Amino acid sequence: MLEHALKGSKKYWLWLGFLGIFIITGAYFYLQQLKIGLGITGMSRDVSWAFYIANFTFLVGVAASAVTIVLPYYWHNHKVYGKMTILGEFLAVSAVTMCLLFVVIDMGQPMRVFNVLRYPTPNSILFYDVIVLNGYFILNLICAWTALHSYYKDSSYPSWLKPVIFLAIIWAPFIHIVTAFIYQGLPGRHYWLSAIMAPKFLVSAFSSGPALLIILAALIKKVANFDIGEKAFETLGKTMTYFYLAFLGFYLFEVFTSFYSGIPGHKAPFIYLFVGYEGHAEWVPFMWTAVILAIISLIILLNPRTRKNQTLLVLAAFTVFFSAYIEKGIGLVTGGFTPNPFETVTPYRPTLPEVLISLGVWSTGFLVLTVLYKITIEVDKRKNLAVKLKG
Amino acid sequence: MAIKRRDFLKILGVGGISTIGVAGIGSLYSRAEVEVVPHTPPQGALKAKRWGMVIDVRKCIESGEECIKNCEAIQACHLTHNVPNIPDKKKEIKWIWIDNFEHAFPDLKDQKIVEHLSRFPFFLLCNHCENPPCVRVCPTKATFKRSDGIVMMDFHRCIGCRFCMAGCPYGSRSFNWIDPRPYLTKVNPEFPTRKPGVVEKCLFCYERLDEGKIPACVEACKSQALIFGDLNDPESEINKILKERVSLTRKPELGTNPSVFYVI
Repeated sequence: MLEHALKGSKKYWLWLGFLGIFIITGAYFYLQQLKIGLGITGMSRDVSWAFYIANFTFLVGVAASAVTIVLPYYWHNHKVYGKMTILGEFLAVSAVTMCLLFVVIDMGQPMRVFNVLRYPTPNSILFYDVIVLNGYFILNLICAWTALHSYYKDSSYPSWLKPVIFLAIIWAPFIHIVTAFIYQGLPGRHYWLSAIMAPKFLVSAFSSGPALLIILAALIKKVANFDIGEKAFETLGKTMTYFYLAFLGFYLFEVFTSFYSGIPGHKAPFIYLFVGYEGHAEWVPFMWTAVILAIISLIILLNPRTRKNQTLLVLAAFTVFFSAYIEKGIGLVTGGFTPNPFETVTPYRPTLPEVLISLGVWSTGFLVLTVLYKITIEVDKRKNLAVKLKG
Repeated sequence: MAIKRRDFLKILGVGGISTIGVAGIGSLYSRAEVEVVPHTPPQGALKAKRWGMVIDVRKCIESGEECIKNCEAIQACHLTHNVPNIPDKKKEIKWIWIDNFEHAFPDLKDQKIVEHLSRFPFFLLCNHCENPPCVRVCPTKATFKRSDGIVMMDFHRCIGCRFCMAGCPYGSRSFNWIDPRPYLTKVNPEFPTRKPGVVEKCLFCYERLDEGKIPACVEACKSQALIFGDLNDPESEINKILKERVSLTRKPELGTNPSVFYVI
């Protein structure tokens, strides 16, 4: 099947070339980072995790969200997701690829990465994260590739795949729960020290993941004539809506806890993020953008008539995706480190190399995704053609 | 009633996951007993069950402004351990430094005590906690707790993930964002210099203890504001001071149990 990735229209190659430019730029700056050290980023003694880890965290959610499609399809035999499932699984593969890249890029000594396996440390959450992420990557690759291959061979998937699929379904929430545990068990980090962190991560993921899938499905419907079907769009829209509502609710619960209790340390990160703290307001415009995006998405999603309109649904998907990205991909990590343990503010802003390296990782993810989707679409096209000829 | 294969696999899956879960939870909650690495000091070394430090801030302020400004304890530590002098505050490395009361004890703000204490300088360094969160989170055991209570840091095993920095509630750890070597005015060949990409912090002069010497900062402090000793020995000087005077530790509510005490 891989050969389908090697033949394509001019547009396909142009798109890959476009991504290639960002990948090469990112790789160049990463080599600089290897030479100079993480000093070329905007991180500091006080904000010691930032853009890379934030992107990693967000993408773990995107990867985990595949379960919102795989579970209804395999567990409840929800046929509407027939075409969608493989797209969801491949999105997970590409998202985990980006996650792993972001983790390696964030390491001060990447050549020592195998120390995690050489000295296994079960009391470190990072140890479990490495296991669940790599496991999930392999599980999804096996599931999607085998299912697609069976489709290609015009047979139903082999019976041994079923337990693997169920394992992948059970596994999915854990990749995000474990990632949340990285944050939520740390003493002295008020913004993260909350039991609702893991559930909040899950609902945020289960809304932003389907949002990205809606966008991608609309895109390939337009450029490749591959339609997942109106019903699938509708159901995805509902999934996104309910989980997004839960996410907004959870976020407001956190605000309540912090401000009703009145504990200064717990209020401080919210104050820093939304109105600024001691004259520092770096992320205020971003957080309010997220709020405005959230309001727009609510207006569209809460009314079934507007939600069922595909153009508006795609717009809502964009607003959900970007508001979640700002909250998790920016606010979460800087909010956790600001104010610092001395209750002072060390402002963080990503540097240009940092942004370009991240863009390179995202482009790599989209390259993987494009190739996998291209194969899926071609297999589907050939099938349809065969059905037509036989019919 | 026969169990269908599908149901059987489901049960098997759920069972397997819960077993792993229970085992995992078990190891996560044994936090009070972060694995202690046994340590046998060489002959002639200073020995203790749990090393600790008392900082007498009153002595410190009595020694005068000049002494605080050019603190010899800090200089001695940084010279001994090749701690670079990086002017950029965001990338700086520090093992021991002075900050004010509000920053050292942020949870005690808005109290009457602040007015009284804000004029005192406070030495900040790694607390060598009894329950070190940094050790709990390190994925490679690059940072570990020794049986004498010293929280150690292996520069050569550290992968630079900085989880320990996120875990430390005291801001006691520094990361080498850039090559530290050009920022050394004088190199002490007895102690390793660092590469970019590793975390470092105060190590209670474990290397000097092995030679029978007290930590460099304690030795260099002219006003004898720093006192070092065994917290588990009732006869030790630090225990005598702690018995007589009121002491503070940083963020006691977190349960980390610092081994560094402040007496006023």
